[in-house]
Amino acid sequence: MNHAITLTVNGVVREVTVPGRRLLSDCLRHDLGLTGTHVGCEHGVCGACTVLLDGEPVRSCLTFAVTVDGHEITTVEGLASGGGLSPVQRAFSECHGLQCGFCTPGFLCTVTAFLRENPAPDHEEVVEAISGNLCRCTGYQNIVKAVHRAAEIQAEEAG
Amino acid sequence: MTTKLFGEPVRRREDARLVTGQGRYLDDHGRDALAAAFVRSPHAHARILDVDVSDAVDVDGLVAIYTWEDLPGALAEPLPLLIPHPALTHGRTAYPLAREVVRHVGEPVVMVVARDRYLAEDACALIRVDYEILKPVVGVEEAAQGVHLVHDDVPGNVGANLVQEVPSPSGLSAREAIEAAPHTLAFRLDIERSASTPLEGRGVYARWDADDESLRVYSSTQTSTSVRMAIATKLGLPLPKVEVIAPDVGGGFGVKIVHPWPEEVLVPWAARLLGREVKWTEDRREHFVSSAHERGQVQYVRVGFDDDGRLLGLDVTILHDHGAYTPYGIIVPIITSTQLLGPYKVGAYRVEFSSIYTNTVQVTPYRGAGRPQGVFCMERTIDRIAAFLGRDRTEVRALNFIQPGEFPYDQGLTFQDGRPLIYDSGDYPESLRMLKELIGWDAFPEARARAAAEGRRIGIGIGCYVEGTGVGPYEGGHVQITSDGRVHVSTGLTSQGQGHETVFAQIAATELGVPIEKVSVVTGDTRRFGYAVGTFASRAAVMSGSAIALACRKVREKALRIAADALEADPRDLEISDGLVHVVGTPSASIPLATVAVLSNPLRYAFDEETQRATQFAGSSSPDRPPVSEGDEPGLEGRDYYSPVRSTFASGMHAAVVETDPETAEIKILRYAVVHDCGRLINPMIVEGQIHGGVAQGVGGALYEKMVYDEHGQLLNASFMDFLMPYATEVPRIETAHLETPSPLNPLGIKGAGEAGVIPVSAVIAAAVEDAEGIVVDRMPISPSDLHALRQARDAGITPGAP
Repeated sequence: MNHAITLTVNGVVREVTVPGRRLLSDCLRHDLGLTGTHVGCEHGVCGACTVLLDGEPVRSCLTFAVTVDGHEITTVEGLASGGGLSPVQRAFSECHGLQCGFCTPGFLCTVTAFLRENPAPDHEEVVEAISGNLCRCTGYQNIVKAVHRAAEIQAEEAG
Repeated sequence: MTTKLFGEPVRRREDARLVTGQGRYLDDHGRDALAAAFVRSPHAHARILDVDVSDAVDVDGLVAIYTWEDLPGALAEPLPLLIPHPALTHGRTAYPLAREVVRHVGEPVVMVVARDRYLAEDACALIRVDYEILKPVVGVEEAAQGVHLVHDDVPGNVGANLVQEVPSPSGLSAREAIEAAPHTLAFRLDIERSASTPLEGRGVYARWDADDESLRVYSSTQTSTSVRMAIATKLGLPLPKVEVIAPDVGGGFGVKIVHPWPEEVLVPWAARLLGREVKWTEDRREHFVSSAHERGQVQYVRVGFDDDGRLLGLDVTILHDHGAYTPYGIIVPIITSTQLLGPYKVGAYRVEFSSIYTNTVQVTPYRGAGRPQGVFCMERTIDRIAAFLGRDRTEVRALNFIQPGEFPYDQGLTFQDGRPLIYDSGDYPESLRMLKELIGWDAFPEARARAAAEGRRIGIGIGCYVEGTGVGPYEGGHVQITSDGRVHVSTGLTSQGQGHETVFAQIAATELGVPIEKVSVVTGDTRRFGYAVGTFASRAAVMSGSAIALACRKVREKALRIAADALEADPRDLEISDGLVHVVGTPSASIPLATVAVLSNPLRYAFDEETQRATQFAGSSSPDRPPVSEGDEPGLEGRDYYSPVRSTFASGMHAAVVETDPETAEIKILRYAVVHDCGRLINPMIVEGQIHGGVAQGVGGALYEKMVYDEHGQLLNASFMDFLMPYATEVPRIETAHLETPSPLNPLGIKGAGEAGVIPVSAVIAAAVEDAEGIVVDRMPISPSDLHALRQARDAGITPGAP
């Protein structure tokens, strides 16, 4: 059975009809064409599919699209604002925090939400914050660096 | 200044699209394509009795169901054996869909095509396959006994047996040298399976153009050119009618060099047959049970040495578990058995491996490709010698090093490229000196004593490796400067996150004297470059980097010749910087490369103001010469190839300090240090990133990752819940130092860097745990449970690794 749902994705109201079993990750990627959200395991472990649901990070591969009817979603495509990259996006590039880039959208969403909660984290807090996301390329060292750098950029811009 | 880019930590040009969700990976293509899904064998070894699809045909949205019986011509034959070898006397490969017998859990049996993946999987679930279950063969030592067979026509389950021997300088065989040695040791080592496990699995998307009778295939592959040839052959299509593109690829690490995968020929075949776009995207469980694994080996070692620890003879017998099929030949055990020697002179050497069939997923290269096992063997051997003699482990290593004055050094073996194993350059004593300083080796006893005083156990370990990189046969590069001044670079090999768009642009910008912003790079697209081998064996920078540099030099020479004509100067007096060709010392006498590009292509028809200069009445060419001189070509472009006589040998040394918990046996890496020599660095930021990622994978292999097969051949941990890849919490901060001994074999003096990080990690961690615990570590990975068991065995007086 199909369901008509309305999502606000990256600030844009989107109406879509999906079967009840449609995963949010598939809905975003295949129904709405927002392929920046990636699927690495489809069992909620790797974190590549992380998006922000009403500002909070969730695994879109463990979420049915129909359950988020009426909610706001931010994907990696919605992180940049005003034509420029967000501080987190800039920091990942500056610090070489990505290689193949497949896990990156999940990290970017996770870190964006984390720095909103904790704008000046210490090392342990950063490692803890990203410890639900798998990366097979970078060894995480430059991702950790990028999170600190993003915090720094945000502070500079706020100051 | 724009031209000094080689050696600089230039930021990656790939990132802008990848951090904004604008990358295009395999599954991001073909939104309206039909979806393929597969019924895969649930049994490790079984005969297919019947396939019943009657319930599936009613599934809404079903388009087609195929079994082996449906496959025509060459598609019904076994997949190619990619790298034949005379010692691989019993090579076997799978059919694209199983024919009569399945030989591992996950082998594809039925292909379903439907409107979307959900529906295709619905249909798969309704297809009933009846099997007669056969005796599974699991575990390499059990398989080597040959009681039950994986392939009826392969006696003893032995696919290949290869012996290589190098006598001692005085002419003794390894076994004679060991017999005659003052001291000998013998032991057994056990290395578990792991796997590449890129975050993006495999995937194929095919578009058949019926009007043009041509096929375009996108594949998440490490070799698009070779996939193209395989598809053309299997489908009986003319090669020019098939194009294969590797789009953004979400990691490879070796597994995606294997080709053609069953899906890589079946999906294009179905697309052509159905006249519809078809796509298959691998899911995570499929990746675990139907792609490839690596590492699994058992090694039996005998070594002879003198009172100082000098190696006199080494005799290693390896049982290599290659799983159910051998599409990639015996490359992995060849690399183990040759790269095992590392930076050492071992006196006499004998190595024998048997490559053994089991009813498990096939084994093909994973980053390091056999080297981690070889290094584990050699380094564990040296640590045992040091322990036996009561000598410092670094002293025993230094005593056996090949010295800087001894290059080129011939190890007397045949390497994986069929060429002699001759090391081109290196400086191992300096590398060791740097590492000892970086980790604080000499001061460690005090640290250990302080920790002990606090009731803590810490230990230090070291591991050294030499890595043959940049294997042939060749790569090519094409460079074109267009009349807008842009530089278009292409090479056939593919990219999976190594930053090729950046490093190849650095090379081109440096060679041509143009701003890097003018340079764009395309890799892995057969429409742009048809001749290539692929990305593996730490070869992309060496091979394509060199080829692109050579192609740039051709273009540069032509540009100078044309500019010299236009400026009425001698080409030898010209140089290029910032995209301008100018006379040395007379900056005002200059011409932009864009204009040179215009002049390089005599035109009848102008298409803008700039190109009017090259038309026939513009007076730019002599009326006495043909517009294109004999032997010349129109256009400012060049193509060249780099084909080395043999591999170039990178090297490195790692050290780690670990702490083991006396109660829980938890192992924590406190420090990790790397000294790395890959010749001249093109981009140190990217090289460090490669090292970090490699070490992280090494940590996974040393402490966490293994493929747990039960006696029925079921893979018990085929998910990210159960196969433990390291998160940020498991990977230590990595301290790095670089040594640069240029390779004499290529124009840039570079060596490969992609795999280095992973190679010695298991050896290093094992050594550090051993040092902390005073227990011999003879296996990897070592989990807290393993360490606990070793402690119990020690307390019970059992010696680990007894042969």
